[in-house]
Amino acid sequence: MGNKQTIFTDEQLDAYQDCTFFTRKEILRLHGRYHEMAPNVVPMDYTKDPDVKLPMQLIINMPELKENPFKERIVESFSEDGEGSLSFNDFVDMFSVLSEMAPRELKAIYAFKIYDFNTDNFICKADLEKTLNKLTREELTAEEITLVCEKVIEEADMDGDGKLGFADFENMISKAPDFLRAYSSSVLP
Amino acid sequence: MAVLELSLLMHVKLFSKDLALINDNTVLRFLGKNGSDVNNEEDSAAENQENGRGADKERKRAKPRTRRGHARGRARHGGEEDGDDEDGTRRAGQRRQRNRRGRGRAGGNEGSDSEGDPTKARKNQANQKSKEDDEQEEDEKGGKSGKGKNEKKQDKKADKKGKKEKANKKKKDKKKSGSGSDSDSEEEPITEEELAKLKEEVEEKKKLIATLRNKPWKMKKKLSVLKYEAQLFVEKFEGALGKGKGKKFYAYKVMMTKKWMKFQRDFENFKTACIPWEMKIKEIESHFGSSVASYFIFLRWMYGINMILFGLTFGLVMVPEALMGKPYGSLPRKTVPRAEEATAMNFATLWDFSGFAQYSVLFYGYYNNQRTIGWLKFRMPLSYFLVGVGTIGYSFMIVIRTMARNANEEGGGDDTSFNFSWKMFTSWDYLIGNPETADNKFASITTSFKEAIVEEQESRKEENIHLTRFLRVLANFLALCTLAGSGYLIFFVVRRSQKFALEGLENYGWWERNEVNMVMSLLGMFCPTLFDVISSLENYHPRIALRWQLGRIFALFLGNLYTFIIALMDEINLKAKRIKNWYLYNGTIPENSTAPPIQVDPADVPRGPCWETMVGQEFVRLTVSDTMTTYITILIGDFLRAVFVRFFNYCWCWDLEYGFPSYSEFDISGNVLGLIFNQGMIWMGSFYAPCLPAINVFRLHTSMYLQCWAVMCCNVPQERVFKASRSNNFYMAMLLFILFLSTLPAVYTIVSIPPSFDCGPFSGKTRMFEVISETLEHDFPSWFGKVFGYASNPGLILPFILLMVLSIYYLNATSKSYKEANLELKKKLQSCILKPKRKMKIRDDHLWKSCM
Repeated sequence: MGNKQTIFTDEQLDAYQDCTFFTRKEILRLHGRYHEMAPNVVPMDYTKDPDVKLPMQLIINMPELKENPFKERIVESFSEDGEGSLSFNDFVDMFSVLSEMAPRELKAIYAFKIYDFNTDNFICKADLEKTLNKLTREELTAEEITLVCEKVIEEADMDGDGKLGFADFENMISKAPDFLRAYSSSVLP
Repeated sequence: MAVLELSLLMHVKLFSKDLALINDNTVLRFLGKNGSDVNNEEDSAAENQENGRGADKERKRAKPRTRRGHARGRARHGGEEDGDDEDGTRRAGQRRQRNRRGRGRAGGNEGSDSEGDPTKARKNQANQKSKEDDEQEEDEKGGKSGKGKNEKKQDKKADKKGKKEKANKKKKDKKKSGSGSDSDSEEEPITEEELAKLKEEVEEKKKLIATLRNKPWKMKKKLSVLKYEAQLFVEKFEGALGKGKGKKFYAYKVMMTKKWMKFQRDFENFKTACIPWEMKIKEIESHFGSSVASYFIFLRWMYGINMILFGLTFGLVMVPEALMGKPYGSLPRKTVPRAEEATAMNFATLWDFSGFAQYSVLFYGYYNNQRTIGWLKFRMPLSYFLVGVGTIGYSFMIVIRTMARNANEEGGGDDTSFNFSWKMFTSWDYLIGNPETADNKFASITTSFKEAIVEEQESRKEENIHLTRFLRVLANFLALCTLAGSGYLIFFVVRRSQKFALEGLENYGWWERNEVNMVMSLLGMFCPTLFDVISSLENYHPRIALRWQLGRIFALFLGNLYTFIIALMDEINLKAKRIKNWYLYNGTIPENSTAPPIQVDPADVPRGPCWETMVGQEFVRLTVSDTMTTYITILIGDFLRAVFVRFFNYCWCWDLEYGFPSYSEFDISGNVLGLIFNQGMIWMGSFYAPCLPAINVFRLHTSMYLQCWAVMCCNVPQERVFKASRSNNFYMAMLLFILFLSTLPAVYTIVSIPPSFDCGPFSGKTRMFEVISETLEHDFPSWFGKVFGYASNPGLILPFILLMVLSIYYLNATSKSYKEANLELKKKLQSCILKPKRKMKIRDDHLWKSCM
């Protein structure tokens, strides 16, 4: 592991540590993972901050995300252009938010983005239906889906506008007992 | 981007410089150029107002001062227009400074606004220029964007009027300092107020750095904010701030804080690197879900506790005795008796923890009752006693503390008003990375939704409820029968073993000798499976089913353990009787033996039975056999089964993998309980066998690796994946219960059974705890003993206990009322949010209708 220094400068590592919930080692490990996905495209040397982006197709095939029904949405909401391609910065950002140390508020913000499929800043019925279909692999009948969506809106919609704004969402999700655990992922070496 | 960076950099550099500018020669130009911008600044006064708290304050302060300046200027000279001009300049300059700070702060809070208007940022810098050439260039650039001509004109003017302005500057400094007479103010670069502001701001930037990771920004933005705004700002200004009186001290402080931060970060890295088995557990978590991982986390926690117990007994009891105590063979209690000498080194004997193992530091009997040992005057018996008590005290403390912390973390998760929403948004476990687990998870989510829908659509059918009720009662009845049966079996076996013991074990084979242990292990192996079958009758949610299962196995193990202990007590009493008889036969042997007229080899000295060592041996044997059973079960039940299923699947008539034997699932309840009961035995036995924590540490260490391996290679994820309840408080509560139960017999023996007279550190005393009063008598001043005597008076202790009980009652009552108040507030809050909006909507509807 003598080539540690050549990947990032110390300042870069310090900056990453300030901006994320990761330790030095984990950042290097993340870089390893990022590099591994496309060894030809991603340089080992990141000291000059190269402008490299990996397409969504590569990233959602990571074992951490592969089984996740919302993988496309996760990647999209963390990508800078909203199209799903991630630079290394976005990549680190994503796992930082998904790490166990990230606070509730931060996770709630991104969780909202993930479930907001049509990016209109509201979770409306269509979004809920999509979520439900992804969660159950479309095994529920149409009536069941409508019922569940209605129940969700009835429970969580505080201002009565028929869709969930971020305030509604945060109010609901922050009380969930499993929330922190549910939105934590880990990166394996 | 490069321009922006440069401008931000300049911004910071310039700011630091203009603080010290007043006693600089270049002040002339500074004033001149600022003057050019006055109009411009006045124009944007409205904008200034919005720009942060600082601006308003500053203006209030600046106004009266300038008014005074005007008055004075007029009174003195007609040609003092420049003075006025400069007053305006200064005012504007100061305001601009505030502005910029306000803006900087806003930038810190909401993101870097300066990115949005780079020209403005540059303009500000232009205002704050100084002598460097490159900065002049920058100024000119800034000029292009606004009033370049003006500026240049003012520049020339400034040069001409250099001297005059220098004089004015002095005047102004006086005005600034308020009293007006202070000539020192010229040396003072910044006022106290500004310094405080600056400090505040630096603090804010530091706070920004600390909380940056919590901001929902893109990483690029975070990085640039960190680098160009916060860090540079802090660095520059920490330096600038140091220009005051305590410069060196301040610089030192800054340096130390930096070092301290670095150290903390490194330490944090080090700490996370030190948590053992983190990666292993993460891997398991991703394959098997959080419920299986919770077992391994619990195991790791237990390992930590046992390490500390081991440190205590090893460092304060075993090592001192081994190093400083009398060597082996010097005393009868430290020597293998003549009759056993021949077999003392046999492996079978050692494996049984008799022979040499029995007469070593591993067991109670080896320790001498000498009050102090070695040149350190180490109080061995006292240390032994205190370590025994401290072990139990520490365990209580740590378990209760962990429980309290877990309870705190739990918070208000009891709200069920978001049933469907939570199912929708939090049921997916983002840790899952294994297709099989994911399949199971999808299935379980679907079922849970279907269940919830059914529950929602109709209240359950009547006959269904009766059937489940009947089945549940039946299941409980069966479980009770199993418990009673196993209790009776153990009772029977222990009785039989006593009979064997009375007749002499030599006449019997291996099975008869180890019958008790074997029966207990076998029961522990098969009864949980039976309970598992029974619980499938009940049709509970798996999380609730797990609790029932845990409760039942707990009862089983507890019954077994207590039957075992009662049987052991019987045996102790039997031995105690024999000791009495022995006393009767030998008359006054103890006194005689301390002053032997004839030299007898210690191995030949007749000795009494040492029941403490016997109890210790019993627990050690139990622990070892328990460990062996667990490992063998893992090897046969998991590994061999997996190998069989895997390889015989090719040539079998039905599908082994999905058919009957299949692979095994990880049995959480059994493993957790095994761990808890094992720990209970450690707590019970460690007073009589100081080696027990060491054995346990070894056991936990190996089982961590073995079980991790076994889980990863031979188990399959559960059919119904469910999330572990968030805290392990259920495990903890059981652990606490076991701890309590296991301290009972240990404390009972310490307090009410007389120790053996010829072995162990307390020999010669009527009770073990007398070692305390002995120490008080010999090692403390006499008044201390008196005070202690008064304090331990029942008249004092009883009221004290009463007081404690009352305070517990009081605290309990207050906590309950707080909880209620909390709930009430929550309700109110919810209705507060709900009501007005709903009402408004209704009112709107009404209005709408009436309009129609």
